[in-house]
Amino acid sequence: MRFSRTRSGALRTELAPVEVSVLASAAADLIRLITDDQPREGQVDPLEAMVGLSSREARRPDDPALQRLLPDAYRDDAFPADVAPGGDRATAAQEASQEFRRFTEADLRAGKRAHADTVLETLAGVASGGELMLDRAQADAWLGFLNDVRLVLGVRLEVDEDTLEEPPESDDDDPRTQALEVYSWLGWVQESLLSCLDPRTS
Amino acid sequence: MTAPAQLDRPETEDVVDPDRPWVTIVWNDPVNLMSYVTHVLMELFGYSRAKAHELMLAVHHEGKAVVSNGTREQMEHDVARLHARGLWATLQQD
Repeated sequence: MRFSRTRSGALRTELAPVEVSVLASAAADLIRLITDDQPREGQVDPLEAMVGLSSREARRPDDPALQRLLPDAYRDDAFPADVAPGGDRATAAQEASQEFRRFTEADLRAGKRAHADTVLETLAGVASGGELMLDRAQADAWLGFLNDVRLVLGVRLEVDEDTLEEPPESDDDDPRTQALEVYSWLGWVQESLLSCLDPRTS
Repeated sequence: MTAPAQLDRPETEDVVDPDRPWVTIVWNDPVNLMSYVTHVLMELFGYSRAKAHELMLAVHHEGKAVVSNGTREQMEHDVARLHARGLWATLQQD
C-alpha cells in the first residue's frame, strides 16, 4: 500500500484485505491501550467533565508501552542542582512530571484516540480492500497513528537500532517474527506517507 | 525542608531562577523514523528542512538535541506538542 499524491493534493493508496484487517486491529488495540486504565462513562470526575482537568492524580503508567506514549516531561536532573526545590532534584522533577501529567495527559490520550478513530473511519469505507483517499487532516491522523502503533510494538518487541538489520533467526511461524514483519511493514507505510507529505523538493 | 543558606537572595515561592533559560530536549529512540523526526521538527517549530535534518542527526548520533529554548511555560508547551507526535521529549533548566 504505497501512498501517492493526486493532482488535487489528496493522498491515495490501495489496500489489500489483509492490510485493512492488520491496520484495523492495530487501531482497536491502541484504543484499548490508551482507554482501558481510564474511568468509564458515568464514573468521570465532575471537574474533569467540566474543565477537562482531572482532580485525580495522573500517575506514570506501569505498562512500559503506555509509558512510551505518555512519557514523563521532566527527567530526574531537570532542575539544576543548586536551585532544586527542597534540595532534592529527583523528587522535585518527579513532582513536576506529575503536575505536567495532570494538566496534559487527558488531551494527549484524546489526541491519540482521535487519530486511531480517524483511521478506523477511513478504513470502514474499504473493509474488503481497495482504493483509499485521504485529505491532509486524515493523512496527519494516519501519520500519528502509524507512529504510535510502531512505538507500542517497538517496546513490546524490545526493538533496538539493529533489530531490522539482523537476519531473521526463527521460522515464519514464530509470533515474534510475524510481529516484526508487521512492525517493519508499518515503518514502510509510514515512510511512504511521509514522502508524500514532505516532498524532498519543497 | 532544608536548603543551603543564601543570604543575598530574597526568599521566593518560585524556586525557578528566571535568569536561567529552559530548554526542550528530544532524545534518541530506536523506533522513530529519521524522516518522521525531521518532519515533526519542521512542522512544529517551522524549521527549514536543513535545520530540522541537522537536529535530527544530532539526536541520532549524540543521543539527544536541544530543539527549542525559552520560558518554562513555553517549553512545557513544546514538550506537550512533541509528545502528541510521539517524540520522546523533556524540558530542563540550563
